Amino acid sequence: MAMRFVVQHLYLVCMACLFTAFFGLILGAVAYMFKWIRSFILGVVDVLQTIPVLALLGVIMLFFGASSTTVIIGIVLYSLLPVVRNTYTGLETVDPGVKEAAQGMGMNRWQRLFKIELPLAFPMVFTGIRIAVVTSIGIAVFGAVVGGGGLGSTINRAILIQDMDTLMKATLMLMAMAMVFDFGMSIIEKRLQAR
Amino acid sequence: MITYKNVCKKYDDVTVVKNLNLTVHDGEFVVFVGPSGCGKTTSLKMINRLIEMDEGTIYIDDQDVNKIDGDQLRRGIGYVIQQIGLFPNLTIKENILVVPRLLKWSEEKCEARVHELLELVGMPYEENAHKYPKEMSGGQQQRIGVLRALAGEPPIILMDEPFGALDPVTRENLQDELKILQKKLHKTIIFVTHDMDEAIKMADRIAFMYDGKLLQVASPEDMLRNPADPIIKSFMSKHVSTLENQSLDLKCKDVMSTDILLITEQKKAMEIMSLMKQKEMNWAIVVDEEKTFKGTISLQNIKKQGELTGVAQDLMDTKAETILLTADAKEAFNRLMKSRAKFLVVVSENGKTVGIITKSIITEKLANVVWGDLDWVL
Repeated sequence: MAMRFVVQHLYLVCMACLFTAFFGLILGAVAYMFKWIRSFILGVVDVLQTIPVLALLGVIMLFFGASSTTVIIGIVLYSLLPVVRNTYTGLETVDPGVKEAAQGMGMNRWQRLFKIELPLAFPMVFTGIRIAVVTSIGIAVFGAVVGGGGLGSTINRAILIQDMDTLMKATLMLMAMAMVFDFGMSIIEKRLQAR
Repeated sequence: MITYKNVCKKYDDVTVVKNLNLTVHDGEFVVFVGPSGCGKTTSLKMINRLIEMDEGTIYIDDQDVNKIDGDQLRRGIGYVIQQIGLFPNLTIKENILVVPRLLKWSEEKCEARVHELLELVGMPYEENAHKYPKEMSGGQQQRIGVLRALAGEPPIILMDEPFGALDPVTRENLQDELKILQKKLHKTIIFVTHDMDEAIKMADRIAFMYDGKLLQVASPEDMLRNPADPIIKSFMSKHVSTLENQSLDLKCKDVMSTDILLITEQKKAMEIMSLMKQKEMNWAIVVDEEKTFKGTISLQNIKKQGELTGVAQDLMDTKAETILLTADAKEAFNRLMKSRAKFLVVVSENGKTVGIITKSIITEKLANVVWGDLDWVL
């Protein structure tokens, strides 16, 4: 098992999660602010997660070829749901008294969103991001199928040549990665919630 | 000056504010009062357009609020709500400075303003400015809520049941502070409450609303004296009845104290003194076997005699006045005020001595009736 694949895997996950966090936040906030498009956004991210990963990657490959771009886009689409949902719910559940005060003070819609609502919703958003990170570690394994590299390739090859030793190592590595991210981020999460 | 002109508000088919006309003068403290759902909060929120009116207009100094941008309008009007609504992610100082910053005040001016405001409510800057809201009690938080509303120096402040969520003692304190602040700063305050006590305490004028209609606008005194509608009268029943009816019904029985020391005529001076000591009293009432009133005796009287050999009969003072248990409390009050007597001995219809009324006892009992139970103060 080459270290190269571990790094590659981490790269896929990190890139994907940066995009997931970015687009997830925007979509969540848009769903919160514009009622007419809300059920559309929440519906689409819901449906995206019901598509089998391999099928999704296959479709994306038609446009972007067999590359890491395809894998990253796949992971992003697949892990948007928790971030969008948590952003939307987080914004929606900000204390109504606080929202009313903000409006009563004369803050406009954007000032309210950026100065008050998003900071207060952030712990919840972060929880969404944590879930997205942990799932995307698993999803990135499928990346090997469309030429994205990562630990998926290691596992694939190990299965082909029946190299149990490497297979075990790669699997344990993936589990360790997921646990480390989950644990580390849950500590940050608790800090955020305690504020 | 704020002027409501034929203002109406409907939700679907329900009209919650019906043709409201009212003028609030500069520096006036007007309280909207009424049962829940009467449209008082809606009326308040239409001033800063958190709720838009359907018909009519509201003028602030001859300017139609509907023709001003909502956010701009609200930056110029202070706003305090029941839920307090301090921003938990901002420090006290940042909370106070929300409006000044929206108004793009200079940093020095902001700094000076925070110092000034915290000083106004006696909260030291160093101790409080950098705290977060949740580190403070509810009462403290709402003090900051009021300061936040004052920060941008608005001439008008709207308050929507601002003290409704606070405990009674804190509420009293904040009411007093607000009253003092208003005297000092001459703000025009429109205040919503469902609590008549609060309205009477705070208002220059009370605007009574019921079912979307303004039933009466009057000073608290006028409204108590001449309620324009039976509904207002019943809403103020507690206050009206204490002033008109209840005091008439009071009998001596209701205002007397039964904490007395009875002794018989033949008790010896020594015994009387030790009894007084036991009960921690310096006087006693002398009665016969039937408990019929004979006279009073004080510790001083006994001591004056020098030798302690006499009995109660010889030492007592027979000049004390008596009053019937069933007599009006008012009569007892009049007699106490007019005569030099310090007390009246209360006797029942069959001649038994049952209690005593002094000036302080009757005052306390009457105060209880007028202002409610004052035990926790005394």
